[in-house]
Amino acid sequence: MKQNGTELGYNSKVEGDVVVTKADAVINWVRSHSVWPMPMGLACCAIELMGASASRFDIARFGMEVMRFSPRQSDCMIVAGTVTYKMAPAVRRIYDQMAEPKWVVAMGACASTGGMYRSYATMQGVDHVVPVDVYISGCPPRPEALLDGMMRLQEKIRTEHSSRELLGGREEQMKLRA
Amino acid sequence: MSAGEGVDSGPATGTGELLDSLGPRFEGLEPRPTTDHPATRCRAEFIRPLLKTLRDEYGYLMLMDVTAVDWDEESPRFTVFYHLLNPKTAQYARVSVDCLDDDEPEVPSVVSLFAAAEWHERETYDMFGIRFTDHPDLRRILMWEGYPYFPLRKEFPLAGIETELPDSEVGEATEAKVLPAPMMGGPFVAQSGQPMSASEPRGRDESWTEHHHRPEDFDALEGPEQPETLEDRSGDKPRIED
Ligand code: SF4
Repeated sequence: MKQNGTELGYNSKVEGDVVVTKADAVINWVRSHSVWPMPMGLACCAIELMGASASRFDIARFGMEVMRFSPRQSDCMIVAGTVTYKMAPAVRRIYDQMAEPKWVVAMGACASTGGMYRSYATMQGVDHVVPVDVYISGCPPRPEALLDGMMRLQEKIRTEHSSRELLGGREEQMKLRA
Repeated sequence: MSAGEGVDSGPATGTGELLDSLGPRFEGLEPRPTTDHPATRCRAEFIRPLLKTLRDEYGYLMLMDVTAVDWDEESPRFTVFYHLLNPKTAQYARVSVDCLDDDEPEVPSVVSLFAAAEWHERETYDMFGIRFTDHPDLRRILMWEGYPYFPLRKEFPLAGIETELPDSEVGEATEAKVLPAPMMGGPFVAQSGQPMSASEPRGRDESWTEHHHRPEDFDALEGPEQPETLEDRSGDKPRIED
């Protein structure tokens, strides 16, 4: 794996039992390959989310098969469905209960923009209440699109300054995330 | 609801027969214009005895729907509708009750007769603000408690009205609000930049988007040249919901 001009792979001839790398690369590698999603299934998109985790599409190939229904045990909220104004505060509170680091994927037209529900009752995009990392288009997106979106999220995780976030205080974290 | 066997089509819908036998027992029972099922208008104080009679003596065992109509400027402004089904004969019947008070509409609840009415009445209350007296648990069902409007009333704009989120703490933390969503900004408008079809009664109000604000004097601009968009319901046309 080549990153920023540094050879990050393990070369046993040169290094013996020692691996030389960057802390960020290791942390991000670990994080991006074990994303524990929290399925915030609010409407029809949740059906495709279920499809993505079943055998045909098999989200386990990306290390994301551990869907946790508890925000305490998950680090990526997949908002799959229509966010009504009545539901929006609950989405935010569940997001607040997730431990850092955490990410949000807005799956489908509804979660991204309100979709076809131009209505007094529907929030026009979940990004009004939670910070969204990846938007996935479609109504509903096919499972492939969700997988693609999750791979984009992995790419994003790989660019994060994880060690500085871990070692720095909360203020530093917020600065880096902004 | 296709006209099954035994249900006559056209204006002869069985309203007459039903009224002939019920009329003497319930004062103020009138036929309503209808194209499908027997339909009668009933006074609010008789709705419970009438539905009980229909259920126990005429076999209308199922309450299919309770809803309401807002007639806008007319008075009585609100009419509550009950759709009943006789499962043996596959016959439907429609009963309507006008709310006497236009500002604080009220009708007796029929939950004691049909358990199915509970959520239907809650929904009708939520959307139209019609209170069902003696309802065991008359709360909003779709919108949240504390929502200040009744969305299916005619004066409620299609796009919605700005208000606070149901949870003030989250509202403060995120600065998010309940915002109007004009149709023009949405995906279902074929001609962008044009007002929606005049056939949509409130379509004229949708000439704005989140990014282009509605002109303050929009209504004045339009004036009387605008084509009449609301069906002329106050004329001699019968009030039929079809
Ligand atoms: S985007 Fe489409 S499929 Fe997804 S929740 Fe909205 S309406 Fe349903």
